Amino acid sequence: MAAAGRSWGRYPITRETVLHLSDRHAPLPVGSQPMLPLGNARSYGDSCLNDGGILLAARGLDHFMAFDPATGVLTCEAGVLFSEILDLVVPQGWFLPVTPGTRFVTVGGAIGNDVHGKNHHRAGSFGHHVLAFELLRTDGSRLLCSPDENPEWFDATIGGLGLTGVVTWATIQLRRVAGPWMSTESHRFANLDAFFDLSRASDRDYEYTVSWIDCAARGKALGRGLFSRGNHAPASPDRRPAASSRHLSMPMTPPISLVNPLSLRAFNQLYYHRQRKPVVHATTHYEPFFYPLDGIAQWNRMYGPRGFLQYQCVVPPEASEVTMAELVRTIAEGGGGSFLAVLKQFGERPSRGLLSFPRPGATLALDFPNGGAPTFALLDRLDAIVDGVGGAVYPAKDARMSGERFRRYFPRWESFTRFIDPGMSSSFWRRVME
Amino acid sequence: MQRVLIIGATSAIAEATARIYAERGSRLHLVARTPARLDTIVEDLRIRGAADVGRDALDINDLDRHQTVLDSAWTALGDVDVVLIAHGTLPDQKACEASVDTAMAEFATNATSTLALLTLLANRMEAAGRGTIVVISSVAGDRGRASNYLYGSAKAAVSTFLGGLRQRLSKRGVDVVTIKPGFVDTPMTRDFKKGALWAKPEAVAAGIVKAADKGKPVAYLPWFWFIIMTIIRSVPEFIFKRVSL
Repeated sequence: MAAAGRSWGRYPITRETVLHLSDRHAPLPVGSQPMLPLGNARSYGDSCLNDGGILLAARGLDHFMAFDPATGVLTCEAGVLFSEILDLVVPQGWFLPVTPGTRFVTVGGAIGNDVHGKNHHRAGSFGHHVLAFELLRTDGSRLLCSPDENPEWFDATIGGLGLTGVVTWATIQLRRVAGPWMSTESHRFANLDAFFDLSRASDRDYEYTVSWIDCAARGKALGRGLFSRGNHAPASPDRRPAASSRHLSMPMTPPISLVNPLSLRAFNQLYYHRQRKPVVHATTHYEPFFYPLDGIAQWNRMYGPRGFLQYQCVVPPEASEVTMAELVRTIAEGGGGSFLAVLKQFGERPSRGLLSFPRPGATLALDFPNGGAPTFALLDRLDAIVDGVGGAVYPAKDARMSGERFRRYFPRWESFTRFIDPGMSSSFWRRVME
Repeated sequence: MQRVLIIGATSAIAEATARIYAERGSRLHLVARTPARLDTIVEDLRIRGAADVGRDALDINDLDRHQTVLDSAWTALGDVDVVLIAHGTLPDQKACEASVDTAMAEFATNATSTLALLTLLANRMEAAGRGTIVVISSVAGDRGRASNYLYGSAKAAVSTFLGGLRQRLSKRGVDVVTIKPGFVDTPMTRDFKKGALWAKPEAVAAGIVKAADKGKPVAYLPWFWFIIMTIIRSVPEFIFKRVSL
């Protein structure tokens, strides 16, 4: 069945044939067009799209296969969502080793993008916690991959954007927790320098750190924001909070983007000043701490029918402070930018994947309503800055970076190409290989 | 702890329902045509919390084996609190018009086999004097329509049979629950264009468990199908025959 393909950014819109996988023992369907495995389509740009080709929708591979509550080793099919894993393992005292800002991603998608989270400085990326997986190729062969077995395929598939074949199942090592509660702190900071000071001071004692920054503020307040840090709380926290279960939804796509320079400035002002005290301590459930936006279903629709472009880059440690200031200034002057600009320092642990994005340095992520040519021009200016200092842009969030820049951001791309399944391709891959 | 027998356990709705019972810690016994597919599901349900999961293979049209399969289910579970009958196909209406064999085979799978199974089950549950029988029928059984009247007539037979059985067993402490799903996004309906009326199997499964818990006689899932079908049933034949549905 041909259907309009949409990624989370709702840009670009493509057409592909969707074939559903529901049996991990079955061979892949035979097709003459290139195929691409698809998880829950939470990538923002075109890395989960395959215009004119076939999408192998893997959400039907959603069975748990083994779980040992004594060791926290979980084996499940690749279409299982992080939310389903949390529902199963948190009551048994375990947590995901690494999680992105939404729990509605599949295990296969987390491997294909080697996702990272607020604990990168401690735990590295998701690939570091994958013990093994099975890779099914379009020629029908099945490879068991782990750090010891077929390690070169393991490293190509982690962060490999689904291009090496279909991951049918995976084994991951979970992390022990006492319960669902988090001890958190939110610090207001006045500018970027203050952010870097807080970040350096926090990374040792806090497992999770991340910051929201006001990307509309300029001058002395450039890069002001809220620094959030936290740890898993002991079993029964002193103050037991009520689990919030807000379930809001964007019921429709508004005719124009609700995000514009006016609403953006207002929101950022309010959000920054909402916190009156310089430091706020709290005990919260893990859901609002890790997944603030999951409470609003289909929030991506607020950007209107033209969708939005997400931008996430990383810049090396030695250039971090100067480059971040330049990036934030460029964004503030452009008047674009988003409600939620996120800033974090990655740790030193090298990623396993040949195409993994996380690397030492500071990473900035934010979204821009798709305003056509001016938006693309602004993102190109950001790319020039990132490229100039030897940084990189995250493919899972990209719909427009040039092939030339991609190849500089990911210098191991050439070794990666020999692991690509000849039957697989994606809109993203064709674009950056042009 | 509930003991639950599921016939047609590899169907998407049945599997989603089994997951809810598993999370409650129920004991389950699964019956399906393809045992290999059951292995995956059994392991999954154990991890999700089922106290125990048994399995059996059955071609539902092999009526002679029904008694044996039910016997071993009762042996495995000890006693049965809930039986869910969920097997079925979605026949190609055009193919059923072209071939008597196809039409009768599809009717057998979707109606005759269910009535046969219910006959045995009813006697067993009546003797026990307790329990709940839940059967997945369909809104398609509420009125014949050109696009799928073979399927519709099979489901109409099932719904009508259940209506009678409910009267008979209500005096014996056994609840009979007729489930009438509307459009559900499952492998059975994969080739249909989906719209706002389509529901996820997980949502339908939640409705099934709720109806079973309450012993609700008839449950349209989602609920708005009750309104839609009330309207569709009320259209006079002389108009309805000209409508394409």
